[in-house]
Amino acid sequence: MRESVHHVEHVMGTVFSFDIRSPRTPEITVALAQAVAWLHRVDRVFSTYRADSQVSRLARGEIVLGECDPEVAEVLAMCEETERDTGGAFSAAPAGRLDPSGLVKGWAIERASTILHDAGARDHCVNGGGDVQARGEAAPGEPWRIGLADPADPGALVAVVAGTDLAVATSGTAERGHHIVDPRTGRPAAALASLTLVGRHLTEVDALATAAFVMGGAARDWASARPGVEAFAIGCDRTRWWTPGFERLALLPTG
Amino acid sequence: MRRALITTGSTVAGIVLLLSFKPHHSTTAKAAAATPQTTGTAAPAPSSAPSSSTTAGGKASGTYKGNVIDTRWGPVQVEITMAKGKLTAVKVVQVPTENPRDREINQFAVPQLTQEALTAGNARIDSVSGATYTSEGYIQSLQSALDAAHA
Repeated sequence: MRESVHHVEHVMGTVFSFDIRSPRTPEITVALAQAVAWLHRVDRVFSTYRADSQVSRLARGEIVLGECDPEVAEVLAMCEETERDTGGAFSAAPAGRLDPSGLVKGWAIERASTILHDAGARDHCVNGGGDVQARGEAAPGEPWRIGLADPADPGALVAVVAGTDLAVATSGTAERGHHIVDPRTGRPAAALASLTLVGRHLTEVDALATAAFVMGGAARDWASARPGVEAFAIGCDRTRWWTPGFERLALLPTG
Repeated sequence: MRRALITTGSTVAGIVLLLSFKPHHSTTAKAAAATPQTTGTAAPAPSSAPSSSTTAGGKASGTYKGNVIDTRWGPVQVEITMAKGKLTAVKVVQVPTENPRDREINQFAVPQLTQEALTAGNARIDSVSGATYTSEGYIQSLQSALDAAHA
């Protein structure tokens, strides 16, 4: 028998679900509190919805990068790298104004996961608003199983991916409409209803999922060629495609 | 190429692990009389939970009530019914009723929570990935049903 620890936290405009399957220890209890505090700190520093966040003030030119917490420069450097890797399908300023949100949430979740792991919670899963970082196992000998929500029916799943040490990020229009802007055109990306990217580290996987969603159909070849990630997408016409390696990690409906 | 039905592989342990419910009371007297045992073999319960449940040949039966969880809209509690290891019903036993906005949420959320939890119960699912939900969207998400079941 293994005790589990669960926690749900409303932060960053969404909901974070912590599911720790390692036996509870005082260290893990402290780490969970630290991970939650970390998410609130990320929100205060990076939120584009808060006029007083460092990122908002940086965007308005009220402060310079050197006056921000060091994590801001760290995030912007990762954004630049992702922009290069995706031919501009990702940007730290997708609509012309500084907004690194496409990378920040995955990065914040992965770091929260690392805080738990380093405190001895080897088996856990952190879900931040639909983006998931899982470490270790769900139960002895059992992989984590992450359902992919059907964009047309939030109560149904289109596939289930399974694995240990797994990052799963989905970009789509199901929850907040056409909110993802193609930085290359300035217009909302509209080719896909949903795109899920699976890999190891959520910082990379979340940012690349945003970029791949923007790429639309072209993301299929791009993700197939990119080592360490697999993609599953649903078009606006309900057609589905996935990269060849996706089938190794997923259960897919028959027919 | 390997494909499998999503609905395969549903096991007692899987479902109980997934839902991780506190035992509430048993509805299967036969099973209770036959092999009362702790949930430890199949279901990790919160440390504070009374550990008693029923299994018949490893198949759990009974009604299990989740903890009351405090959402930003108020307390929510879910109850499930298992029959021989199969999840047969999910009932939301406590929902927020404080204000008109809450009632609006309930009208949408309650039936969906039921269907969603059943859908998830068909395949052992630990978490759900989807387009980023808002705090308001979360209450209707499959993930919220999983969280409610875990609580």
